[in-house]
Amino acid sequence: MADRRRAPRSWTRALRGVIQRELPLEHLLPDQEPAYMASWVYVFGVVAIAALVWVIVSGVVLAAFGPQWWHVSPQGHVVNSVHFWGVQLFFVFMVLHLWGQYFGATWRDGRAPTWMVGVVVFLVSIVTAFTGYLAQQNFAAQWVAINAKDGVNATGAGAFFNVLDFGQMYGLHVMLLPILVTTLVAVHLVQVRMRGIVRPIDPSAR
Amino acid sequence: MRRRPDQAAYHRGVRMAPYDLVKELALALAAVLLLVLVLAAVLSSPDVPPVTVRSWAQHDPLDLIATATSELQGTTISADYGPPYTLDVGGRGPGASVQTWGPLAPQLWAGVHLPLDAARADVLHPLRLAAASDPSLARALARYHRGTRRERARWLAAYARALPQARIAAGALVTSSATGSGPLPVMMRSLLSVARSGGLDGLLLESGHFFQTDYTGPLLFLGDGSYLPSLAHAQHLLGSQWGMMNETGRYPGQAWLWLYTMWYQVPPYRAASNADLLVVLTMGLLTTLLLLTPFIPGLRDIPRWVPLYRLIWREHYREQARRAGGP
Repeated sequence: MADRRRAPRSWTRALRGVIQRELPLEHLLPDQEPAYMASWVYVFGVVAIAALVWVIVSGVVLAAFGPQWWHVSPQGHVVNSVHFWGVQLFFVFMVLHLWGQYFGATWRDGRAPTWMVGVVVFLVSIVTAFTGYLAQQNFAAQWVAINAKDGVNATGAGAFFNVLDFGQMYGLHVMLLPILVTTLVAVHLVQVRMRGIVRPIDPSAR
Repeated sequence: MRRRPDQAAYHRGVRMAPYDLVKELALALAAVLLLVLVLAAVLSSPDVPPVTVRSWAQHDPLDLIATATSELQGTTISADYGPPYTLDVGGRGPGASVQTWGPLAPQLWAGVHLPLDAARADVLHPLRLAAASDPSLARALARYHRGTRRERARWLAAYARALPQARIAAGALVTSSATGSGPLPVMMRSLLSVARSGGLDGLLLESGHFFQTDYTGPLLFLGDGSYLPSLAHAQHLLGSQWGMMNETGRYPGQAWLWLYTMWYQVPPYRAASNADLLVVLTMGLLTTLLLLTPFIPGLRDIPRWVPLYRLIWREHYREQARRAGGP
């Protein structure tokens, strides 16, 4: 205690203290959980993350070879197919996860921020997928761009978010938005690990 | 500051069970990868080639010429769109595609950030570039530019009247009844010729820069015609066909946009001239409700009223019932 009093104030030590207090390793990587977690509804979250991992891996390969590659290379088309179905599964699992959490009212006992970050993950994922459709460089990309411009322009956002500008949409899709989604998912996971799994609804409580 | 009870305190009295998070994640990664690979191998993925101005000129040349004529007349969607492309073209107001809701006009607030002169970008500028190697086109173009506003309007009106009788002969545009159209028959014949060769695709993107990634002008030009929408209709992609959530072929599209797309199918949105703005505002409101669900009485209570939670934690409630029943 005497040594600690003498030590100069340290932001690093303060941050370490917060992390150790709020997210000790046994919470981050638990080896036991409440028995009520043995429910199929908890699977949707982890499979959504697994799908996101394969979406990012296949997306990195597509980005590395450039936007034209998958149109002219059979191997590229296979990677694009993995990316396409990975996105479809990611959304299916994410929506099931969302409904599972809603009907369990899992925002209870101080977990509202976790719910809110999860909703933001869903919204940012929609924008990310949307820019992906715009960056395909095929007929669907042309039509989605022409069709969507009116909705975007009606909000005034079209001046800064030009769905007809392939360069802007591609840049957002392969770099900025994936980083945002991944960061938000990481925040969401940390929130879950910090607070632990919410108790089941008490049917007698009104 | 009030401290949140730690997990141990929160779960006090709760039966704990062994759990392997890393193993669960590894199994999920393997299972999802297998599923994705099977889907990719069996179903592949959609990739319908893009429409080019060349393919437009080859498959529906008269639509291309009618669209180009309308661009010169200033009667296409993009010619008098409003912000972010145009504003108050020819003193006709803020723009035909500007959407407002009462005093709410965010489209106008943002202003013109992507200025576009459709007649110049889609017709006159490409023709000027093509005229460098075509003296008759250069003469026709010079005559068009020398003409007064009234003369041009007269030529364009006469040419537009003649277009329904126009035909394609030996790959060239023939407008035999286009008397009084001034230089337009020569201009449009050249435009179609350049378009059929693929040259117009490049000329539309010519901006003085070597590199180009912005397709705003060419896409708006394609959208002004009826060829692209006719292909979209065949693929069930129109707004009235739930197009925003559809994909080419028999593939799933952005199914997660179903609610957004649904509003366009129902009144009052379906027939509203400001449908896009109304749908965006509606979705903004619903998204806010979803975000703030934990704080909204009624919305946050539905899970208690709908006993799906009993299914989610079925084992837990069975165990509770067993305990309450005693040995």
